[in-house]
Amino acid sequence: MNVESPAVVARDLTRRFGSVLAVNGVDLEIPQARIYGFLGPNGSGKSTTIRMLCGLLRPSSGTAEVLGQQMPRDAERLRQRLGYMTQKFSLWDDLTVHENLEFMARIFGLDAARRRDRIAASAAEYDLQRILRQRAGTLSGGQRQRLALAAATLHEPEMLMLDEPTSAVDPQSRRDFWESLFALASRGVTILVSTHYMDEAERCHRLAILAEGKVVAEGEPKQLMNDIAASVVEIEADDVMAARRALAADSQLKSLAQLGTRLHALLDPAAVEPAERVRRRLQDAGVAAQVALVPASLEDVFVAATGFGHDPVAGGAG
Amino acid sequence: MLQRMLAIMLKEVRQLARDRLTFGMIIGIPLMQMLLFGYAINFDVRNLRAAVVDEAGTSLSRALVGDLHASGVVEFAAPSPSVADLRRRMSAGEISVGVVIPPDFERRRLEPDRAAVQLLVDGSEPTVDGVARGLAALPAPGRDGAYRSRMQFFEVRTEYNPERRTAVQVVPALIGVILNMTMVIFTAAAIVRERERGNLELLITTPIRSWELMAGKLLPYVLIGLVQTTLILVVGALLFDVPVNGHLADLYLAAALFIAATLTLGLVISTFAKTQFQAFQLAFFTMLPSILLSGFMFPFDGMPKPAQWIAQVLPLTHFVVMIRGIVLRGAPLIDLYVPAAKLGAFLLVTLVIATLRFHKRLD
Repeated sequence: MNVESPAVVARDLTRRFGSVLAVNGVDLEIPQARIYGFLGPNGSGKSTTIRMLCGLLRPSSGTAEVLGQQMPRDAERLRQRLGYMTQKFSLWDDLTVHENLEFMARIFGLDAARRRDRIAASAAEYDLQRILRQRAGTLSGGQRQRLALAAATLHEPEMLMLDEPTSAVDPQSRRDFWESLFALASRGVTILVSTHYMDEAERCHRLAILAEGKVVAEGEPKQLMNDIAASVVEIEADDVMAARRALAADSQLKSLAQLGTRLHALLDPAAVEPAERVRRRLQDAGVAAQVALVPASLEDVFVAATGFGHDPVAGGAG
Repeated sequence: MLQRMLAIMLKEVRQLARDRLTFGMIIGIPLMQMLLFGYAINFDVRNLRAAVVDEAGTSLSRALVGDLHASGVVEFAAPSPSVADLRRRMSAGEISVGVVIPPDFERRRLEPDRAAVQLLVDGSEPTVDGVARGLAALPAPGRDGAYRSRMQFFEVRTEYNPERRTAVQVVPALIGVILNMTMVIFTAAAIVRERERGNLELLITTPIRSWELMAGKLLPYVLIGLVQTTLILVVGALLFDVPVNGHLADLYLAAALFIAATLTLGLVISTFAKTQFQAFQLAFFTMLPSILLSGFMFPFDGMPKPAQWIAQVLPLTHFVVMIRGIVLRGAPLIDLYVPAAKLGAFLLVTLVIATLRFHKRLD
């Protein structure tokens, strides 16, 4: 396929489960050799979208084209070119690391010589050499995840779909995992990864924020933070609760989230001099605080894109 | 293609070898069932507890009691003074058979239209009644004419199992019952377990084809089924002297056909069950009618028509016919083409259902 053409094109992708609309008219264009993220809370339709893109679920309506093939019609033809990592560890607990890799290599039709080479290379790349003889059921979260990534990439797929791959691992393992993803992307592998961690989403080349089955924001993380439809005011107050109460009544306030001793207030972009406005309100209420207009974080983008929550005072994002 | 199927087989065997409980069940279930059915379920009833009310008290009445005792079918407890006492003891469950010898026993035995002795039989226990009725027909050998000379209308000869031992009837059919139980449960559970643990979600995103996955999972169990068959035959011969009159090749062919049929039944169950627990329930749901209606325990001909129709759908029914034919009557497989064809039809239909229902998708 053309180097310039996107790896995935989805149009109006929709999936119903009974009366529940899990994915609602999603349009996507995922570029090649990039890490593309789905950011959204549980139940936002991330997993369902990924499952439709790799042919596990049929869309109720809409179309999806993956690596130039129609899904789900051409799903079988794409198997060899796709790698998939499930949300839950889905290799075999009662097989050893080596047996699991060997099994997956056979299933993907690798011949004996290539099996040996690929398993050795994967074991080296994902630091599995010392645990090759260990049963998968006895591995730590980080080890399991490295094994799962090794198994998903043994057949050198053009595209990887990873469904919340880091939800069960420690921060260090998450960092290592992302280094591996960047290495794969630099070798030309297209990666689609879903997450609910802001820091992970920020690492993606491109990002779609999903909420209630819809794409509510899409673009490069930097771009999304610049284009946020709100003014972000950071407040550092000794009495955070008093500050919250003082700001709650402001008609321009869209959301208020606490980050340690700081508060992030998202104000309507129409508000003039938002920082000054907040400072005055706090002064009137007798709350001592440092107030400054700051650039938006991805979390602010997420809060703004998902509709600011319902109750700005109680509502904290993340 | 073959490589993928072999990969699945290798994985199944490895997992099975590590799953000690399942592995133990493969050997344990047949052994336990053999001992259970072979010893406990015994229709040749012996040593029934009995008591006598001897109101005649003659030498002949005492000889009759001695003969009954010598038959081994009954074992006499202390005699009762009256019929009322005899009934009380039976109602208390102390005895199963009561023998009442009336005071005019000597005179009665000379009158051809009157019974000389009355047998009281506890009808609440299955098979006791039939056994005791057999007792009533007992003319003790060596005492011809002592009680009464009877004309015998029928001479009964039991072919293939002259000693009428239950084990001979039960053990060959037991191969079917045990295979039915283990094969259906193992395959249903083996597939549903992978669905439960999420392995299947990963497997269906690989290039493996549905039939490769199914065949790879089922073939190891065919082998296990044949091992179980051998185990039952060997134990049956060692413990219960059950002969194999037909050809072993016929026997294993029939067993392989039946194993395949039960495996595809397990496969169908696995496409319905969402959890292993559901799979077990569904498997047992098919087990009970199989045991009751297949002719394994109760004669098929005595069943009401609807029960017979249901039995026709159960693979065990046809296997019981085949295995008894081969093991006991020494029938060649060729002569058993009718049940074999029915079993083959069952296999085909379940295979089609399983293939239609098994999708490489989650929905």
